[in-house]
Order: sequence, then structure tokens, then C-alpha cells
Amino acid sequence: MPKDSGIGASPKRREDVRFLTGTGNYTDDINLNGQAYVHFLRSDMAHGRITSIDTTAAAAMPGVVRIFTGADFEGVGGIPCGWQITDKHGEVMQEPAHPVLAQGKARYVGDAIAAVVADTAEQARDAAEAIELDMEELPAVIDMKAAVQEGATKVHDDLTSNLCYDWSLPEDNKPAVEEAFANAAHVTTLELVNNRLIANPMEPRVAVGDFNRATGDSTLYTTSQNPHVIRLLMGAFVLGIPEHKLRVIAPDVGGGFGTKIFHYAEEAFCTFAAKALNRAVKWTSTRSEAFISDAHGRDHVSTIQLALDADNNFTALRTDTYANMGAYLSTFAPSVPTWLHGTLMAGNYKTPAIYVNVKAVFTNTVPVDAYRGAGRPEATYQLERVIDKAARELGVDPVALRRQNFITEFPYATPVAVEYDTGDYNATMDKLEEIADFAGFAARRSASEARGKVRGLGVNCYIEACGIAPSNLVGQLGARAGLYESATVRVNATGGLVVMTGSHSHGQGHETSFPQVIAEMIGIDESMVEVVHGDTANTPMGMGTYGSRSLAVGGSAMVRATEKIIAKAKKIAAHLMEAAEADVELKDGAFSVAGTDKSVAWGDVTLAAYVPHNYPLEDIEPGLEETAFYDPANFTYPSGAYACEVELDPETGKVSIERFAAADDFGNVVNPMIVEGQVHGGIGQGIGQALLEGAVYNEDGQLLSASYMDYAMPRADDLPFYQVDHSCQTPCTHNPLGVKGCGEAGAIGSPPSVVNAVVDALQSMGKDVTHVDMPLSPARVWQAMQG
Amino acid sequence: MTKVSMTVNGKAASGEAEGRTLLSSFLREELGFTGTHVGCDTSQCGACVVHVNGVAVKSCTMLAVEAEGAEVATIEGQAAPDGTLNTIQQAFQDHHGLQCGFCTPGMVMSTAALLKENPKPSEQEIREYLEGNICRCTGYHNIVKAIMAASGQDVSAIAAE
Repeated sequence: MPKDSGIGASPKRREDVRFLTGTGNYTDDINLNGQAYVHFLRSDMAHGRITSIDTTAAAAMPGVVRIFTGADFEGVGGIPCGWQITDKHGEVMQEPAHPVLAQGKARYVGDAIAAVVADTAEQARDAAEAIELDMEELPAVIDMKAAVQEGATKVHDDLTSNLCYDWSLPEDNKPAVEEAFANAAHVTTLELVNNRLIANPMEPRVAVGDFNRATGDSTLYTTSQNPHVIRLLMGAFVLGIPEHKLRVIAPDVGGGFGTKIFHYAEEAFCTFAAKALNRAVKWTSTRSEAFISDAHGRDHVSTIQLALDADNNFTALRTDTYANMGAYLSTFAPSVPTWLHGTLMAGNYKTPAIYVNVKAVFTNTVPVDAYRGAGRPEATYQLERVIDKAARELGVDPVALRRQNFITEFPYATPVAVEYDTGDYNATMDKLEEIADFAGFAARRSASEARGKVRGLGVNCYIEACGIAPSNLVGQLGARAGLYESATVRVNATGGLVVMTGSHSHGQGHETSFPQVIAEMIGIDESMVEVVHGDTANTPMGMGTYGSRSLAVGGSAMVRATEKIIAKAKKIAAHLMEAAEADVELKDGAFSVAGTDKSVAWGDVTLAAYVPHNYPLEDIEPGLEETAFYDPANFTYPSGAYACEVELDPETGKVSIERFAAADDFGNVVNPMIVEGQVHGGIGQGIGQALLEGAVYNEDGQLLSASYMDYAMPRADDLPFYQVDHSCQTPCTHNPLGVKGCGEAGAIGSPPSVVNAVVDALQSMGKDVTHVDMPLSPARVWQAMQG
Repeated sequence: MTKVSMTVNGKAASGEAEGRTLLSSFLREELGFTGTHVGCDTSQCGACVVHVNGVAVKSCTMLAVEAEGAEVATIEGQAAPDGTLNTIQQAFQDHHGLQCGFCTPGMVMSTAALLKENPKPSEQEIREYLEGNICRCTGYHNIVKAIMAASGQDVSAIAAE
């Protein structure tokens, strides 16, 4: 029977009530007394030298408070990058300055050049149109391979080239990989593009800066996944405000998907301007602005090769990738194609020799950074596509080829620097075969054929590294931050608890799932536990939510803090029952002494902690509040197997998703309803990448897909019901909950199976097609059918 | 600036609007009904759907002055006065039909309009009706399921939420 409370239960989400009644508190819902509004004048050229900015006429427009340009930010810090990559030659990456407002040059369409602050948003917008801006247009660098050619125009004049870094993993493996390829019985080669995406959380970004002249305190309300990270980066590196004078609040946030991790110039601007003007300053992004100012995702061009021996065992893998950084380095951009990508190239397979090369390139495009999955979807896509191609070339069953090469013994150290703790890839594949009903595929294919349609089945596996991350390890890899998480558990006198977490919830339901864990540990009702997050003033320093880390890292911190609470509460209970502490047990919200009828309720102990009349004051302090910081020992490694069935319309090339099944291993699961919802959403985004979405620049650097009219967001009628399962559970061995994380799996695991299914359908028509690049638009698929 | 008066969720409301002020901005900024959200500027996303004189409209496509004297219903008026969720809201909670909550007001208001004209829509009819409401979190699975449940249909055969 499913549980109705605690770990493993699916209580209804408590946050839903405010969202369903219009009483959420999103950043744009916050309006401060006397606030002014900012409108950014953005470059409409991809690359241009600013020859003059005349703001005289604009400044005289009604309601204008002040107009800021790059000159106002000379001497102010630039937007920092949080990760420094060391390349294959031991050189550190090229790291350009990233000013809050453009200085001298604009480097992408959307680069902010000036900021107009006015009494109303409309006045600010009107005045921005009156700024007289002269720019000399320079050649734009858009194509990555062209950008690194000798003599290419440089995005940054002070760098030696457009190459940010040329990284490899591991360089020592190269000879072994080359030898394996030389001795291979079969080599499969595939060139592919991982299409550039725009995260598009439904809530556009918003920032409200505030300043209190009496105290000297600055406050920033912002749409962030990690308010402490913003406080640290903006305070320490941009504006020079120490943490105790800067409060960052990320209230209800309407989706993140990675693009709200990063510290953006608009946040720094609003905080800076509020102080300069002694007045709150608000910026609300339009969707059109979001397309050209939110960090984009993916955008890799890769060549991957798989070597197999005569028995179809994988013997080596090598891959060369060009990764687009855009015009500047966004907060975690350098880590995405390297440590979040190269380390995953072993996938679920025991390939003994692997070599990964990544060239990161500056172009005159919006900065590119983490988007749901961040590097791991790109790795999975390459690997699972090349395996599928190999199976088809060899005439073997793609599932059998995968099973033959599965890693089956754990822990398993890959040739690309990570060690998987647990997994059972055959179990998830067995489950997939059952829920996807492989056995019924032939009949469904015939039925499609009878309707004049062509059906294909695609399968893939995935593994990801989540629970980011062990601080000492990522420090060696170039991270400029620790990646622990924190929790303070405060027990009130009457027994209720508040957990203040450094994690942030922007759709993941932490307010519901986190109490399930604490309630189970103590044996009390979940309604006695409240979650506070999103405000640096009342939560301990934490690193926030991304990389499917909240429960694995933040939840672990919460468990550690609760363990400390229970340990202290037992001392108090022992005193109240005049028993030895070692004999005290906590069960169902009551303390008892083994072998006796002595018992005190949870509430009696918490009351004693705050009204310490009968209390061991000589041994312990009053009060019941504990904090824990949890730094993980390893990444976690969720894995799974996905299957997609598509139907192609041979007349139009339109692909429809007929069935989609996902068998995941997330280790232990706290709230199955929320976990399945996370998988659904990830699959929706993955199918979006495979079929619909693509950020397209023309050769001049104009973003052609810059609104929902042109960028194809998945709609309800593009997607099917999904069959998802998480009953295969190999618990994580190194965190106290045994959880692995589920937030990104769907987006990582789904694109390859969609493309594999379309290729299967095309080959079933007798077409000699081995690959079609995403998104698989009707035009591309129709073209492939003509071959 | 023009004075604009309307009835919102059954109560008289008025405020100042420029000729160019959108109904969505007027509701949010002038009247304080921040439950209506703005997720795009091309009338695509549907986060701003409200009912004007009983008809679902994207409030970003209508000027505030056009709603002079109208009966407007927003997400804030959907639950009972004692806070009890209506059938649609309850179905969305029961079936985990929302995650970040940003598109939710528009989804609920569109669903109300759908069920008014089609009390028992099929899965396909629901998916097609929601063409104008974008959700980035749920992959729509649980939204479609919630709407089927809200219309009294048995959803037990659909994969568990």
C-alpha cells in the first residue's frame, strides 16, 4: 500500500493553494514605495563600436530620473565567471571583461548599452527611444568553426583569439584510444549538432533594487535559483558590498531550468542604481528581451567516433566538440561543455578508453550557459546516437548492443574521471521493455502503415552526474565556489519546526517534500514543519538549486541538522524521564525509555528547551535550533532507459510522438508524485529540443527565433501522455537519504530516443538515412525522405 | 490618463489608465490583481487569461479602456469566499497539474472557459484548446489529466501522476 505520509508518500503540494488562487508572490508582484523603473537600451547590432551616445534629449523627456551608460560603470566590477577551466596545455582559459553596461563595443544583439530610469516603465521606454546612439557596425562572428579560423574578427580585441579554451579529458588516454581505433573491427562516426535552446521559464526575469540610506543596506529582489550565490557574486565582485549589508530575496520564482542560476547585469544595475538614486529601481523583462538577454543553452557541434571489436564490444570512444560560449562568459558557462559533459561520455557502458576534446568559442551571440541537464544532455545525445548508428551499421539490435556493453559491477571508475556508486542498467532496460511494450511494436507499426503513416521505435539509456558537488573536487576542476548546501532547523517551544534551507524551490515542491523527511525522522505530522527559502536574511549560506541537487545535497544538510536536533532532544528527554540518554528512544513523536513505561511527548521536550525550569542547564544550552552544512562525498548517478515511438507523415514529414516511456533509477524517492512531475516536465523539454526548438541566428547575428511566434515552444497538442516508472531503485551509497536527484533526467534522457525513432522510421521506408539534426522539423524530415 | 471602471470578481473597481495601458497591466499595476501573469508580449503564452463578460480573453491583447463597464473575472475570484478551491483548482492540486505556478492562473481560467463550452472534452480536444496556454514545467501530462478529472472523467487508466 502506498504510504499516506512521510518518505515515499505523495501528499498534495501545499504551495499549490497560493498559486491556484492568484496569491503567489513573484518578483514582479513586488512594488516598493516610490519605485522608479528602468528600461535598457540594447544593441541591435551583433558587433558594433559605440562611437557616440547623446542622452541630452532623452534626459529631458517626461519622468526621466537619470540615464546611465557604460561610463557610469568605469571602476565598477564586471560580471564575474564562476568557473575557470585549465586547458589541455595547462593554460587557463581566456576570460574577457564583462561590464554591466557595454563599454566601447556591443558584442551581441541584446547587449545593454544604456539604462533609462524614469518614474514609470512607459516613460523609461519612451525616453530610451530618444537616445541618440551612433555605432559603427563591425563584422559579426557567428559560426563557431569560422570564429577560430586564422584571421577571424575577434569578439574581444584584447584576447589572442576567439578560442576560450581547448580542453581534453584525459590527455593521457589519447595514445590508448588511438591504438584501440587502429585495431578496431568496426568504427562508427557521426557528426551532429546539439541545437541551441532558450530556456524560457514562463516567468520572465525581474529585478528590484532597494537602498536604505539610514542603514546603508541594499536589498535585491530577483528571479533567482540561488539568492546567496547572487549576493556573493554581485556583492564581492561587482559592487563591493559586503554580505552583511546586502540582502537578496528570491521569492516565488516561476521556473528556472538553469537560466536563473546566473548573475546578470540587470541585477547589478538595479542594486547600483537604487543606491545612486536613493530610490527603489525595478526592471521587468519582456519576453522579447528575455530571448536576447537570458543565457541560452546547448549549442555544440560534435564529431564522435565509436570503436568496436569483432564481438561488438565497445573498445574506445573519441569525440571532438565545439561549444559556443556566446559573447561573454556567463556564470558557469565554462564548466558545462567540460566537467559536466566530458565526464559523462562513458555513459552506461564499459568502454575502456575514452578521449574527449572540447574547444569553447566566443561568438557575437547571447552568452550560453547551463540549461536543464547542462552538458549531460549533450554527452548523452552524442553517445546514444552513435551507438544506435553502430547497431544499424552492424545489423544488430540496438538494445542488445547496449546490454552487451553495460557496466554491471559497482562501484565503477570510468576512464573519464568519475566513479559511479550504484546502478542497475539491465533492470531499468527490463522495466522499459515492459512499460513501453516493445512486444506490441510490430502490431502498432502495421496499424500505422494501414493508416498511411510510418512508425519508428527509438531507445536510449542515460546516466547523469547530479548532487553537485564535492567542494574539494570541483575546486580542483576550476570552480570558484564551494558546492555544499545548508539547513537550519528551528524547533519552536510548542513543537513545530521551521527548516531554513539554502536550496530554492521554483516549481520543485520543496515546501511539501522537505517536511516529509523531517516529519518521518521525528514521527510527527508534516503540517508541523514549515520550509523557509529564498531570502539571504533568514536562511544560512547555501548554493541554491540546480544540477538536481536540492534533495541530494540540501536534503542531506536538513537530515544532518535534524539529527543534531534529535540528539539534543534526547538529552532533554533523558533528563525529564530521569533516565540514561543511551536508553532513550524516539518513535512516533514521543520519547520513551526502553523496557519501561516512561514516556515524554515531543512537545514536552521542545517546551522544556525554551522554558528550562527542569532542565540540564549544567550540560546543555536552552533552545532547540541546529544548523548543518553538507558537502557531498561524490556526485550521484541517476540513470535510466527511455523509449519513444513516433509516427511520420510521409506526405509532410511531420513527426508525431505516439508513445513515450521512461524507466528511471533515482535511488530512494521521497515524493513519487513530484518526482514523476519532474520527469514529465523534463521529457516535455527534451521532446521540444528534438522536434521543435532551436535558436537560430542569421549570418549578421540577428536572432531570428526571438519570440513565441518563431521559437517553437512545445504546446499541449505536441506532446502525449508519458509512461514513467521509478521502481528500479539502487540507493545512492554516500548520502543519508539514498537519493540521486530527478530534476534533469527527463531532459537528458529524451532527445536521443526521439531521433533514434525517426531514423528507425526512415530506414523502415528503405531510406538511406543515418542521421537528421534536431529539431526534426517537417522540412528536415521531408528532405530526409527524398533521399 | 482616463478613469476606467469595471467590476472585478463581483466588486466595483476603478483606476487611471493611459490609452495604451493593457488590461493585464491595469489589473496588475493599478488594481493589484497580481494573480494575472504576463509571460510574453506576443499574445502566445496565455498566462494572462481572464474572463471579460463571461468570455476568456488574453488580457494582454485588450486595452484597459476597452473593458470599461465590463464584468471581469480573475484567478483571485475563483475559490469560494471561505477559501475552498473550485472544482478545477482542486483537480489541478489533486493531479499535480502545476509546478512553478506561473502559467497556472491562465490555465485555470482557460479551463473554465473550455468546460463551459464543452463539459466533457476528450484528451485531444483539451490539448487543442490549450494551444494558447504554454506551460514549461509539467510537459502538460498532469494538466490534461487534471482537466479530464475536473470534467468528471475517469482518469485512473492514465499513467499515475
